[in-house]
Amino acid sequence: MTNVLLVQDLHFSYHDGHSALRGVSFELCEGEKVALVGPNGAGKSTLMLHLNGILTGQGDVTVGDKRIARDNLPAVRAMVGLVFQNPDDQLFSPTVFEDVAFGPLHMGLPKEVVTARVESALQAVRMSGFRDRLSHHLSVGEKKRIAIATVLSMNPQILVLDEPSAGLDPRARRTLINLLHELPITMLVSTHDMKLVEELFPRTIVMDEGMIVADGKTKEILADAKLLEAHGLEKP
Amino acid sequence: MHSDVFDRYHDTESFIHRLDPRVKVSVTVAFILSNALLPDGAWLAFGCAWLCLLFINMLSNLGIGFTFRRSFVALPFALVAITVLFSIPGKPLSTFHFLFWDLTITDMGLLRFMSILVRSWLSVQMVILLVAVARFPDIVHALEHLRVPSILTTIIAFLYRYLFVLVDEVFRLLRAREARSAAAAGARSGGSVVWRARVAGNMAGQLFLRSYERSDRVYNAMLARGYTGHLLTINPHELHRVDYVTAALAFFVILLLQLIGWL
Amino acid sequence: MHYSPAPLHIPDGFLTLVVSLICWAITIITLSMAISRTSKSLGEKQVPLMGVMAAFIFAAQMINFPVAGGTSGHLLGGALAAIMLGPWAGMLVMTAVIAVQALLFQDGGLLVMGANILNMGLITAAIGYGLYRGISGGSRIMKLIVAGVAAWLSVMAGALFTSLQLWLSGTSQLQVVIPAMLFVHALIGLGEAVVTVAALSFVLQARPDLLGENSESAKGSKGWVIAGITISLIVVSLSPFASADPDGLERVANDLGFLHAGRVAPFSIIPDYAVPFLGRTPLSTVIAGVIGLAVVGGIIALLGQGMKAKS
Repeated sequence: MTNVLLVQDLHFSYHDGHSALRGVSFELCEGEKVALVGPNGAGKSTLMLHLNGILTGQGDVTVGDKRIARDNLPAVRAMVGLVFQNPDDQLFSPTVFEDVAFGPLHMGLPKEVVTARVESALQAVRMSGFRDRLSHHLSVGEKKRIAIATVLSMNPQILVLDEPSAGLDPRARRTLINLLHELPITMLVSTHDMKLVEELFPRTIVMDEGMIVADGKTKEILADAKLLEAHGLEKP
Repeated sequence: MHSDVFDRYHDTESFIHRLDPRVKVSVTVAFILSNALLPDGAWLAFGCAWLCLLFINMLSNLGIGFTFRRSFVALPFALVAITVLFSIPGKPLSTFHFLFWDLTITDMGLLRFMSILVRSWLSVQMVILLVAVARFPDIVHALEHLRVPSILTTIIAFLYRYLFVLVDEVFRLLRAREARSAAAAGARSGGSVVWRARVAGNMAGQLFLRSYERSDRVYNAMLARGYTGHLLTINPHELHRVDYVTAALAFFVILLLQLIGWL
Repeated sequence: MHYSPAPLHIPDGFLTLVVSLICWAITIITLSMAISRTSKSLGEKQVPLMGVMAAFIFAAQMINFPVAGGTSGHLLGGALAAIMLGPWAGMLVMTAVIAVQALLFQDGGLLVMGANILNMGLITAAIGYGLYRGISGGSRIMKLIVAGVAAWLSVMAGALFTSLQLWLSGTSQLQVVIPAMLFVHALIGLGEAVVTVAALSFVLQARPDLLGENSESAKGSKGWVIAGITISLIVVSLSPFASADPDGLERVANDLGFLHAGRVAPFSIIPDYAVPFLGRTPLSTVIAGVIGLAVVGGIIALLGQGMKAKS
């Protein structure tokens, strides 16, 4: 199994001195779908921002065969598709088409390829008819799916999602679950939704206070009541 | 949804809707320019211009009275020009007494005043039409093509995109203020003007910070998609023969209007 | 609907083509400088920042407050934008706001947009930032007071320039429009001052780093101070003079050839002033325009000097 992502001893502190990551290490193999859980403030979002070089800390992050460094950031960002929590922050172009085209366009791909990528990304998230829609007309669930499409169009090797099901009604959530289930791509998803974890992710990483406190089979972790309670989690 | 208040686009099917946005923007500007160039009192030309407007209204399947109904937007500004009625020398039409001034309306004054109003009224309708038959993002594309610097058009595009998000936040702030704007029996409510302005200022400051921090997150989202400082866009619009022909016809008609006006 | 047209947005038809074009020239030159300056100072972050800020100004203008008897005031924002984002970025932001207001709400015309941008975006930013920058080392109270004064002056300046443009176009009579505009905007300006000070004070408290030494706000050169003070002096000296002795101003303007008693042809394309000028030469209008451009050019050159000195 090839390593798609390798994080080695990552440390990071914010400007105000708050130590957000205190020695995080783990690896992801191709095709794995991994859930990242933990209480608020554990450092999950901070960790995710390191995976495409938006934040840099001490330690190494290697994506595929590239160790993240200043000079290869654009290439890394084409390999790691990061989707934030609030879709309004992610959909910044006037139309859906332009938002989804942004990634491949900046990769320097020719116009026809860009258009083709947009079409296939929209299809992958089941939103082919939304090409010319204006972002602000969409519902939260629709926006979240389009946000995923905006990074899928770059054909990344790994998809990193920050709380994808937060704020969704049951129907939209179900649509999202089906979508994530079908996408044949390596995934790291942070979430509070333990049912989602149980349903979709065979492997779970538990974070608390900037460190990984557990990393293993979801079944086992969810059965460990003491572990769950110690880190502010509940059984689904 | 209340944010729709900023959506001026009417999604009807029509010949005009299908035209390239560049044509629509250029014809609008040319029309307004033409109005500015027509001399005072060119009633025939003004009338023909209005007929053209009605014609385009019809062609857009918006109903012949579409722009007319919305055209009185700038009317209050007419107050500014009112002095023109009295200040231009000419044949006096009527005199009346206002406070301690004797004001005489002259024919030339009336001519000029009406001409100003009519020009403004015609131009405003063209802009109303423009935003009704062209989606705003398309208008922004047209501006890019017409050589408006891309940094400005991008700011405008962002403005449009985030306006709805921010307006929702404003409504929430206003609603929160409403919910706490109570009155107690026996006491005068509302606070002083200064206090009210301060509250408004705090709300503005709150909005500013939220916007600033949002822009940080948007920047991260752009980075995550490979942004390195230069914005690229794909042009989804292509000029077809019908666009060229329509534009040529429109400019020709505008030229005719000028001839009518000046001869 | 919370949105209503504000008094400073001139619609199409109220300014002559000449005045419109002169204002466009000034605006285009200034904006070109703004574009090249912001690229250098704000770097990559500029675009999302300015875009969201433009939406902020637009949205903030909807936060109104009742003034008296059913009327309400609202923020114009030019001074605030310039203080928070730096002068050049502030100008670009205001330009975007004015453009969208004109398109979506027909609040302000398209042909006259150059003048509207000049009045509400450029002059307000210059005064707002120039005066604020002048006390860059001062205490918090000082900063707030100066910001308030700057905000008020910026509105007055916008009103003054609007009035002048209307008068030069033969749309309004000087002795009526200047006092009327200035009076109304003295009140609106008070609101602007209070809101600007309150917003600024809020930000100074919550995120002082945004306005500290390393921020965009502090990076503008001292040249702005000169520009801001110059324009303020012009406003301050011209306004009472114009209100109190409009005939005096008219006489001066007559000599300069600005006015033409006929005013029959509202437009003219230099140099064909075919209208009965009653003795004035066509050349005088050209000279007037050139003088105007020279004044602005002088100010901009000063800024350029100031900026070169800084870097």
